[in-house]
Amino acid sequence: MLSRTADNLYWVSRYIERAEFLARVLDATARLATLPAAYGGAGNEWRSAVLTAGAADTFDQHHGAANERTVCEFLAFNPDNPSSIRNCFEIARSNARAVRTALTGEMWEAINGAYLELRKYDSQKMTREEFARFLEWVKSVSLAFDGSAYRSMLRSDAYWFSRMGVYIERADNTARILDVKYHVLLPETERVGGSLDYFQWSTILREVSALTAYHWVYRESLKPWLVADLLILNRQMPRSLAASYENIVRFLDEIGRKYGRQGPSQRLSRSILTRLENTTIDEVFKTGLHEFIDSFIVDNNKLGAAITDQYLL
Amino acid sequence: MALAFDEMNGTDGAIREAYVGLKQWLDTVPADHIALRRSQAELFFRRIGITFAVYGDAEATERLIPFDIIPRVLTKPEWTKLEKGLIQRVTALNAFLGDVYGARECLKAGILPEDLVYRNPGFRPEMAGRRVPHDIYVHIAGIDIVRVDPDTFYVLEDNARTPSGVSYMLENREVMMRLFPELFTEHRVAPVENYPDSLLATLRSVAPRNASRDPVCVLLTPGQFNSAFYEHSFLADKLGIELVEGSDLFVRDDVVFMRTTQGPQRVDVIYRRIDDDFLDPLAFRPDSILGVPGLMSAYMAGNVTLCNAVGTGVADDKAVYSYMPEIIRFFTGEEPILNNVPTWRCREKDALSYVLDHLPELVVKEVNGSGGYGMLVGPHASRQQIEEFRRKLKMAPDGFIAQPTLALSTCPTFVASGVAPRHVDLRPFVLSGSDKVRIVPGGLTRVALKEGSLVVNSSQGGGTKDTWVLDA
Repeated sequence: MLSRTADNLYWVSRYIERAEFLARVLDATARLATLPAAYGGAGNEWRSAVLTAGAADTFDQHHGAANERTVCEFLAFNPDNPSSIRNCFEIARSNARAVRTALTGEMWEAINGAYLELRKYDSQKMTREEFARFLEWVKSVSLAFDGSAYRSMLRSDAYWFSRMGVYIERADNTARILDVKYHVLLPETERVGGSLDYFQWSTILREVSALTAYHWVYRESLKPWLVADLLILNRQMPRSLAASYENIVRFLDEIGRKYGRQGPSQRLSRSILTRLENTTIDEVFKTGLHEFIDSFIVDNNKLGAAITDQYLL
Repeated sequence: MALAFDEMNGTDGAIREAYVGLKQWLDTVPADHIALRRSQAELFFRRIGITFAVYGDAEATERLIPFDIIPRVLTKPEWTKLEKGLIQRVTALNAFLGDVYGARECLKAGILPEDLVYRNPGFRPEMAGRRVPHDIYVHIAGIDIVRVDPDTFYVLEDNARTPSGVSYMLENREVMMRLFPELFTEHRVAPVENYPDSLLATLRSVAPRNASRDPVCVLLTPGQFNSAFYEHSFLADKLGIELVEGSDLFVRDDVVFMRTTQGPQRVDVIYRRIDDDFLDPLAFRPDSILGVPGLMSAYMAGNVTLCNAVGTGVADDKAVYSYMPEIIRFFTGEEPILNNVPTWRCREKDALSYVLDHLPELVVKEVNGSGGYGMLVGPHASRQQIEEFRRKLKMAPDGFIAQPTLALSTCPTFVASGVAPRHVDLRPFVLSGSDKVRIVPGGLTRVALKEGSLVVNSSQGGGTKDTWVLDA
């Protein structure tokens, strides 16, 4: 297939995944921000959401204070924020349109329908309730796109490149949450008899839709190291770094098999997965959670660049 | 201007044969059923993304071309005659281009003035003395046809460069069959869905002789901001060929390759929807970022086929158009089956003074214009517009032709007030391969939705209709 087509498919998936991630972050933040200070509402939740979205620099250029109104508008609708939900959908749609023929009709309808629907939302006039419904809608678009790709695409390189976009983006998003919130997961902040950070932990889990999953997996009350374990190493958890990399390695292998050739991206992805497989959460904390996450984000970006070099140029 | 001929109501009050079934349907079907189907049709087009960008309209980079659900109907005998005329005309066009860039017999014989060819902006001196693969220049032609009475069809324009609109022909039929299956059981309508197969067969048939037995064809688009991008992607999809942009292709040692995830792949046939000027920045406009550097040199080396060939614009010019009857006689030895609209060439002194004296009655067109831009429809123009054209004509008469304002035929069409006659034209698509000429029955009917308007171009507010050729 054309390199440009593969590139577009890859980025369509990344942008849709990113939009969904932003919706979940906004949703979880709104919930956390309503808590009284005594329960951990520290007052900087909205700032933290901007950091998690990786949009702090652009935000500071356009807004002074981070509060519900400014952050929701900025992350969801602001045209100056290249990664606002609106921009994610618009870029995804534009990329999809350029490779319309590589998408199935269902995928195109999911994206194009979202693009048309998006115009109906007026950020200025939105009530809290409407905004919450908007976020639900964003998640449903991502679900529809993902589901239609899964159900309707031929299992060939187009599908694999599209899936790769999902998982590279997902790994990046999960790692960003950890990067911003790592300090609330560190052992010294945990106090006996319930912590103020409890609601921070549950927020992290909500941001990756894993609050219920946590209880099924660990059958324990929330413990910060187990939250970290779930998001980093647990392969049952579809948004964990390990699960994302299992998928990345699998799809890169499929591509390598079809093309009869392996390359730098196959090697790099496997070495990242091996590192995730051969470590325990204790070791991660011993060597430093923050350092671990930082170096993961760097590696994930390197893999993105390697995939681009090998296939997408 | 005479009263227009209506293709359903005819001239003597009796419903014409082709429309009897349709008329009965229109008279009996409940209004809300029609309203529902019309909104379904609109929804369908919007969902699948058939949109059309209108240049100079910042409000809507993507706009829907209005679709009218009442089909336009042609009988088999009408179509058979049209088809013969089209084949004759396109055969002559190809022979003419081969001659213009080859032996130039028609110029030597004085069939048309030399300067009309040599000074024509569509003429490509680079092509002179070169042969193109299989000697075919116009692989895909969109011949615009208008009708003025039951028996008279005129050719209005020969679109020999990169004619568009065929996706609407195909999608219109698709929508009609979905929305009105009952109409198709009552009428034997010749199918058009084999167009993509015919096009692919045509492209494959003209691959360079040194290409592999399974030639690689691609469709080259200027990109998604082009007004016809939807059509490009639609066709690439139906043909099962890659939709490439200039940056997807590169030339090495006079061979064209595309960049794929598995490395470079050789390309044999390029169905290009980019104008000559933008094809290759090394050969034509150096500022073009749409094209492929070195493409012309690969083309000259005979390693790739461009469809249509470079330089076909010379036959697509409205001044050369006026000589088509002579060109057809010269190259086919036959009388033209389809006639031209009577045309005054403003380059000729007598014609010019006639035109200047009769501007309010005439249609004046720029020789190199297209898409309905830069034309004057005398009877509908303001005094100011007429004076502006008078100035233009005096300044550069060579750049214009004029034609009588034809009473274009009308077809029943849904408008705000109900069903009313609206003017239509027809663009059949003619495919010339190395093995044969292929035409699917019908083509794209365009309809001027404004009452009395004669301008059917989608860029000027025209709509489209499904076109039926009855097979019995």
